[in-house]
Amino acid sequence: MQQLNRLDLYREMVRIRQYESRILQEYHADKKPAWDIGAGLIPGEMHLSAGQEPAAVGVCAHLKQGDAITAPHRPHHFALAHGVDMKAMTAEIYGRTTGLCQGKGGHMHLFDPENHFSCSGIIAQGYPVACGQAMAMKRKGTDNVAVAVAGEGAANQGAFHESLNLAAVWNLPVVFVIEDNDWAISVPRSHSTATASNADRAAGYGMPGVRVEENDVEAIFEAAGAAIDRARAGEGPSLLEIHTLRLWGHFEGDAQAYRGAELDTVDERDPIPRYAAKLVELGELTEDQTESIAAEAAAEVDAAIAFAVDSPIPAPEDALLHVFA
Amino acid sequence: MTATETPTRRITTAKAMAEAIGLEMRRDPNVFVMGEDVGAYGGIFGSTTDLFAEFGADRVIDTPISETAFIGAGIGAAVEGMRPVVELMFIDFYGVCMDQITNHMAKIHYESGGAVTVPMVLMAATGAGYSDAAQHSQCLWGTFAHLPGIKVVVPSNPYDAKGLMAAAIRDDNPVLYLFHKGAQGLVWMEKNPRSIAAVPEEAFTVPIGEAAVAREGTDVTIVTLSLSVQHSLDVAEQLAADGISVEVVDLRSLVPLDRDTVLESVAKTGRLLVVDEDYKSFGLTGEIAAIVAETDPTMLTKPLMRLAVPDVPIPYARTLEYGILPTREKIATAVENLMS
Repeated sequence: MQQLNRLDLYREMVRIRQYESRILQEYHADKKPAWDIGAGLIPGEMHLSAGQEPAAVGVCAHLKQGDAITAPHRPHHFALAHGVDMKAMTAEIYGRTTGLCQGKGGHMHLFDPENHFSCSGIIAQGYPVACGQAMAMKRKGTDNVAVAVAGEGAANQGAFHESLNLAAVWNLPVVFVIEDNDWAISVPRSHSTATASNADRAAGYGMPGVRVEENDVEAIFEAAGAAIDRARAGEGPSLLEIHTLRLWGHFEGDAQAYRGAELDTVDERDPIPRYAAKLVELGELTEDQTESIAAEAAAEVDAAIAFAVDSPIPAPEDALLHVFA
Repeated sequence: MTATETPTRRITTAKAMAEAIGLEMRRDPNVFVMGEDVGAYGGIFGSTTDLFAEFGADRVIDTPISETAFIGAGIGAAVEGMRPVVELMFIDFYGVCMDQITNHMAKIHYESGGAVTVPMVLMAATGAGYSDAAQHSQCLWGTFAHLPGIKVVVPSNPYDAKGLMAAAIRDDNPVLYLFHKGAQGLVWMEKNPRSIAAVPEEAFTVPIGEAAVAREGTDVTIVTLSLSVQHSLDVAEQLAADGISVEVVDLRSLVPLDRDTVLESVAKTGRLLVVDEDYKSFGLTGEIAAIVAETDPTMLTKPLMRLAVPDVPIPYARTLEYGILPTREKIATAVENLMS
């Protein structure tokens, strides 16, 4: 298992939060006065991952070159933690020719073959694809693994259950990650899911299932490490459910009236200040370091946004390219 | 205003849909609604606004994200005599539940030799224009209209949205009700003023299978549907100033298709433009062209034109997306070409 490096985990979470905060700001900046989802430099749906950084950082800390991730509609934290180039990703979100997908994909459809990263706007549909990537890794004789990520709402899709069975019966090097942020858009987990823990479902497919109850990067790091090591050693798939937090709306523009009083306490459940406080208490983080880490992250994000904004807008006729290879 | 006149309120297409469902729920206890976020949220695109407050969780049911299960459950409830209105959030999500839709909902009546009916409504959001990219922007009505056994309705305005919803709920067949996000009148999306219009408060139906001549004209016929009707009406108004008289036929239903209204209009104008936001090949535009060709190609004084999404997925970036959508500008250019 990878050695725990608390400062690295913290730094990566701050980097992602800085990214999501700036995208939030930029996304809303030019949608005034009449809020129009299709307007502005970043149009379309926007699903931000603030609050869920521990899941991505805790899992991706164990990944190496050649490992794959399939992420869902809320993909930024896993993309960044897995090493997807921030500039190219940002340019894609801005719909520019320099983007990962030359403006074709947008924020829900980021493809980075170099890092074996992809995401899909259709929930749970990354699970079967991860199985296929794991099949390829196994057949090629590598010790790489594939990580499939979905939300707790996706665990009620057929693709989820079919994939678990397939991976188990074929002993594939896959780790299935469920980010349980309590809400499938407006539907609370209690209204959608018959079991208290999706980890319990793993038994039905003959694989280990673990639920990490706290949105704590170290606990996630430990549990993910065990699952990833197991897959790497050829011992088969695992299911890891992480109880995390959707700090903001399902998508930007979501008023979240359905969350009621639960919404009042989200800020105090924010995992990043909590982790910073822990590291300070342990004497592993100073106030100066906190500031320099934040400044470093801000500079990187600023540069990525500047790169995106300065990049060319695709020509309309380029829409006709890339249907076939 | 005289004492006998009743002011007609103006409502959005989304509100008109929800109102129709609510009226049917009041008159028929067998009607209920289910889907993702249809409860307190009121439907992501407003199609079930306020229904939860009136009818509660027993008749307006939030589902797990399990489309095969809840659309299949709609079928099961329908064969037992209920009249479910089931929402598939985006039509693009059909991939995860297509077997229930096409092998069950669409075929049970036929397979059973007419012994079993499936009186359900499956409603879903369609359409592009706000950079939601390849998996959340399709129309796909041509795909479903191609498959026998499903009625397909596609309203373009609040009045038809209400009347077609009531007709769909009362119909003894499965009806796929496809509403365009850009025609819902949502506050958070750019909209044509035609998405808010006068609609009677009382229940009424618009017959399924009847097209409407949305605007009469004599030079060119535009046959179209859904949001493209709104665009075409805008273009018709604009071109009238140039002396071009455009007739706009709003198909409203694809199955059954009102061939007579299409043919009457083309016979009158002799020029035909078919506008469709769905993919071009093997779709609606080809179907309309075939109907004219089969009936009497000599009624065309010029070769017909088709304006549809070229056969590519819907791209994300705005320039790319509007590069392939049937915009007002492209519609106007096509009409001008037909007139030249």
